[in-house]
Amino acid sequence: MSNINSYRRKFLIGVTGTAAAVTLAPGVFLRQVQAKANDEAVSDKVRWGMLIDVNKLEDGGDACIEACKKEHGWGNEEHSSDLQDAQWIRKVKVTEKMTGKAMSLPVMCQHCETAPCIDVCPTGASMKRPDGIVQVNKHVCIGCRYCMMACPYKARSFIHETLTDQRPGTPRGKGTVESCNMCVNRVDAGKNPACVDAAPKAMLFGDLNDPESKISKVLKKYGGTQIRADLGLNTGVRYWGI
Amino acid sequence: MATKAVFSEIKNSGLGFWAVLGFFGLLVLGGVWAFMVMHHGHYVTGMDNQIVWGMPHVFAIFLIVAASGAANIATIGTVFGKKIYQPLGRLSAFLAAALLVGGLIVLLLDLGSIGHVIEMAKGALNFKSIFAWNMILYSGFLGIIVVYLWTMMDRRKIAKALYKPVGIANMIWRFLLTMGTGSIFGFLVSRQYYDAAIMAPLFIVISYVIGTAIYTLVLMASFKMTGRELGDAVLNRLRSTLAIFIAAVLFLVLARHLANLYATEHHGVEGYMVGGGSGFSSLFWYGQIVMGSLIPMFLIWCRFLKNNRFALIGAAIFAILGGFVQFYIILIGGQSYPLVLFPNAEVSSSFGDGAFNAYSATLPEFMLGLGGVGLTICMVIIGMRFLRLLPTNLADEVADPHHKAEV
Repeated sequence: MSNINSYRRKFLIGVTGTAAAVTLAPGVFLRQVQAKANDEAVSDKVRWGMLIDVNKLEDGGDACIEACKKEHGWGNEEHSSDLQDAQWIRKVKVTEKMTGKAMSLPVMCQHCETAPCIDVCPTGASMKRPDGIVQVNKHVCIGCRYCMMACPYKARSFIHETLTDQRPGTPRGKGTVESCNMCVNRVDAGKNPACVDAAPKAMLFGDLNDPESKISKVLKKYGGTQIRADLGLNTGVRYWGI
Repeated sequence: MATKAVFSEIKNSGLGFWAVLGFFGLLVLGGVWAFMVMHHGHYVTGMDNQIVWGMPHVFAIFLIVAASGAANIATIGTVFGKKIYQPLGRLSAFLAAALLVGGLIVLLLDLGSIGHVIEMAKGALNFKSIFAWNMILYSGFLGIIVVYLWTMMDRRKIAKALYKPVGIANMIWRFLLTMGTGSIFGFLVSRQYYDAAIMAPLFIVISYVIGTAIYTLVLMASFKMTGRELGDAVLNRLRSTLAIFIAAVLFLVLARHLANLYATEHHGVEGYMVGGGSGFSSLFWYGQIVMGSLIPMFLIWCRFLKNNRFALIGAAIFAILGGFVQFYIILIGGQSYPLVLFPNAEVSSSFGDGAFNAYSATLPEFMLGLGGVGLTICMVIIGMRFLRLLPTNLADEVADPHHKAEV
């Protein structure tokens, strides 16, 4: 009898431990911040950020781009020309003129702290959440494209035609402007942005405000470069190797 | 009211009246067609994610800036007390309102989601945005123009008393309005061709040029078609005003480009825009400078063309075309030049990085813009038909306070 109890006890401990590990693992091991409840307000204690190590991106960002397309469903417009198609993230080839050093890197919305797109938007549709994610409120965007004129990273796209079969987590529509929203739907659900999951060795996502987060620690130790740092926009996306 | 001139509506609305109204009405219908086509999506236009503002915006900004300039004729009469300009005030103010409405309609109909504009009325306004300020400046301008017209057209004491204060308010408001429009292109730090505060005063002076030119043509055409007499005294004032402002624009354009050339970082964009590095350079030199500035100044100041009305008509038309070209260069050329993501490096991508972006406007874009022009002229014609905007006589002996009868 006591042997049976002993086995039962060990079995229960094992089940409980496994259940606990499964429950906590995403929060403790894979991510440093838990999922947000749907009715919970976004907190400004967090500032989401991303670090991209260009040297470790063997494909220059192709996998990230594909993951983003799959997640948000952009790039399949029927009538639009290539330059009218939306591109939330793109692969930019850079060759330094003097040295000839070449590299490729993914460029998307840099989620600036002081975003020029937000300054110029007449309606406030271009907005930044308290957690630093810059995105467009599609209900208020009038499609004036002033934000596209103002963005130094050319990160935004205008939708030139009627769309169908949009992804449930990604509201998109004709006549409005859109851009990388750092996969806000996934982040709120406690996941990484799709591009980060597509290139886990080269990209790191986390809370820039938390000194204990991995991204904060490595940025503190090794720094991180901003594209057009001279503009003083304090971007949420940082790079290594550019 | 500060003048004793007699005004009247267009009374003889015969075939000519309906022909002109019909022609510009057709342009309005063309604009409606363009809107219907573009409403299915902007893929029918030449605009894309690189050239985000195209031909409709060139038309819209041209009309809005011209509106401010057209009202300047009234300002000279009211604020500076120049008597010869005072009978010209009613048409000046009405034309300004019509130009503004025409431009705003084009701007509005080009928006991707017009339905969402209602959100702005509900209070979704970001006051850090120059666009939001412009919405207020444009609507306020229309309001002031209505009051200004009333002070000019009502014979009551209160209207007379308010004539000058409202004229001054209108002038100050116009300054703000045109500076606001120029500032759209003044503070875009990432764009090589737009990051210059001189855009605000430059737009003010451009407004005087195209506003005066349009006013002159409308005045001459309406007087000719209604059989009213228009003397050289009035026309010569308008002629001089036009030439002086063209010279002032040239000065600011020179200052702008010289200032840009001083900074090495702008050499690339200057080479592209004025140094022969693109089609925009040709447009700049042949369109803006030669056709839009030097030829009109020659037509106005050449002593052999004194009092020559065809020369004045030519000068006004060339100044208008030159102004249009100037806006085309600023808008399209400025967007055509690539953003600098990585200085001292060559960049390329599937999204036009590092490339000089090409643009060619499609028919709906032209039609939408021309629809705005048509609407403006239709409003002016209908306004002249029902309101006493035009003086019955602007012959020298009537209009010119310094006129001396020839011996």
